[in-house]
Amino acid sequence: MKKNYYLMSDGMLKRRENTVYFVNKDGKKPIPINKIYSIYAYGSLTFSSQAIHLLAKEGIPVHFFNYYGYYDGSFYPREKLLSGDLIINQAEHYLDHEKRIFIAKKFVEGAAKNMEKVLKYYHLENQISTILPELDGCNIITEVMNVEGRIRADYYRKMNEILPENFNFDKRVKRPPENMINALISFGNSMVYSTVLSEIYNTQLNPTISYLHEPSERRFSLALDLSEIFKPILVDRLIFYLVNKRMLSEDDFEKDLNYCLLNDRGRKIFIKEYDERLKKTIKHRELNRKVSYKRLIRLESYKLIKHLLGSKEYKPFVMWW
Amino acid sequence: MLSDSEKNLRIIGTQIHYYFICKTKLWLFSHHIQMEQESDLVSLGKLLHEKSYKEEKEYTIDNLISIDFIKKQGCLELHEVKKSRKMKKSHEYQLLYYMYYLKQKKGIENIKGVINYPKIRKKITIDLDESKEKELMDVIADIGNILDMDTPKPQRMKICRKCAYFEFCWV
Repeated sequence: MKKNYYLMSDGMLKRRENTVYFVNKDGKKPIPINKIYSIYAYGSLTFSSQAIHLLAKEGIPVHFFNYYGYYDGSFYPREKLLSGDLIINQAEHYLDHEKRIFIAKKFVEGAAKNMEKVLKYYHLENQISTILPELDGCNIITEVMNVEGRIRADYYRKMNEILPENFNFDKRVKRPPENMINALISFGNSMVYSTVLSEIYNTQLNPTISYLHEPSERRFSLALDLSEIFKPILVDRLIFYLVNKRMLSEDDFEKDLNYCLLNDRGRKIFIKEYDERLKKTIKHRELNRKVSYKRLIRLESYKLIKHLLGSKEYKPFVMWW
Repeated sequence: MLSDSEKNLRIIGTQIHYYFICKTKLWLFSHHIQMEQESDLVSLGKLLHEKSYKEEKEYTIDNLISIDFIKKQGCLELHEVKKSRKMKKSHEYQLLYYMYYLKQKKGIENIKGVINYPKIRKKITIDLDESKEKELMDVIADIGNILDMDTPKPQRMKICRKCAYFEFCWV
C-alpha cells in the first residue's frame, strides 16, 4: 500500500539509485519509492534534481507548505494520464453555462449536506436545509456562491456550540487566522486541498478546469471545487474530535497580536490524526466493498469523469451515517 | 487521409482483447480513460512476462502491435505469454489479429501463432484461416462502431470484481 509521507523537520531529499532518502539532522532515512503516494513538506526542504527526476518518473506529487503551515504550491509531475476526449468535455462543461452551473450547484449541495450531517451528529438545529433549496433559483455562479456563503455562516455559528468556550470564535478569518479555530480550519483545509490534488493527479481530469470556482482563482481550482465536499467530513469533524478530546490545547498554538497558528507540536498531532482518517475505511454502499476516506475522493473524481463523458449524472458524495 | 481499411487497422492488440471481455472497458481504454496502472493483476502479468522467456526479445511493430517474442522455424512463429486460460477466446483473437496485421500490412504469409501459459506449462497453437480472417474484419468494424458511440453502459459480470475499472463503472 502506498502512503503519504509528511516531512515535518527541515531536511533534504536525495536520491541514490532508485531510492529517495530524507536527510535531516537526525540522520538519513530511506523512503522506498514504490511506497510513496504523495509527499507533504512542512519543514524547509532542499532537494536534488535527481530526486525530483525520480519522483516525476514515478508520478509522485510533492506539496509544499511554508513556515506558517500555509499551502505554497505543489510539484505536480508531468501528467501521465491524459485523455483528449475528457479534456474537451471538461472544457465544454465549463463553457456551456447551463452545464457549468449544474456541476457548481452539485458541489455546493454536497458540501452543505455534509455540513448538515456534521451538525446533526451533535443534535444541533440549523438552517441549512431551509437555505439550500434557494440554489434552484440561482442562474449565475455568484448567486450560487452567495447561497453557499450563507450556509457556511450558519454552520460556523453553530460550531461554537460544539466547541469548549476557550475555543469559540466569531467568524471565519483567513490570512492570517486570528484565533485557534480559524487556525485549525485554515490548516486543515490546505491539507484537504493537497490531498484532493493528489487524487486528481491520478485520474485523467485536468485540475485547472473548474466549475464552482473560477479556473483562474488558483492554479488547480478543480481541487478547490472537490475540496468543498470533503472539508466538513475530513477537517471539521477532526477539529471537534481533537479539541473536545483535549488532544489539542492552547499550548499547541503560537499566538501573536493579530494572528494565531498551530505550533510544531500541534501540527504533528493534527497531521497524524488527519492521516489516520484518510486511511480509515467504510463499507461503500454501491460498491459493496471497503474503501478508505482517501479513496472516496478518487471515487468522486470518477463520478465527475462519468458525468463529463455523459455516462452517469453526477451526484455529490454525502455521508450516509 | 487514411482509407477506411487503414483506419481500421489503427487498432492495438489490447483493444481486440478487451472487445471480447467488456465493451465498456474497450470504450474507456480507447478514449484514454485508463486504469491499468493501478491493477495488481496487470502488474502480475507484466512480472510473469519479465520472468518467463527472459532470453526472448519483445517486438513492437508500427507502435500498434506488441509481440511477446518471435521464433523462426520454417515459418514465422508469433508467441504470446498469458497467465491463465480463463480468457482464452480474447487471447486467441488478439494473436490472430497480430497475424492478420502482419499479413495485411507487411505481406508476410505463412505465420503461426502460439499462446504460452508458463504457469500451467501449456501451449496452444492457432492458425489464421479464411473464416477467422472474416470474423476479425467484423470485429474490427464493430470496434470502430462502438468507439464512435457514447460510453456503453456497463454490464455486471463475474469478472467485474477483478477489473481495474470496477470502481469506475459501479460508483
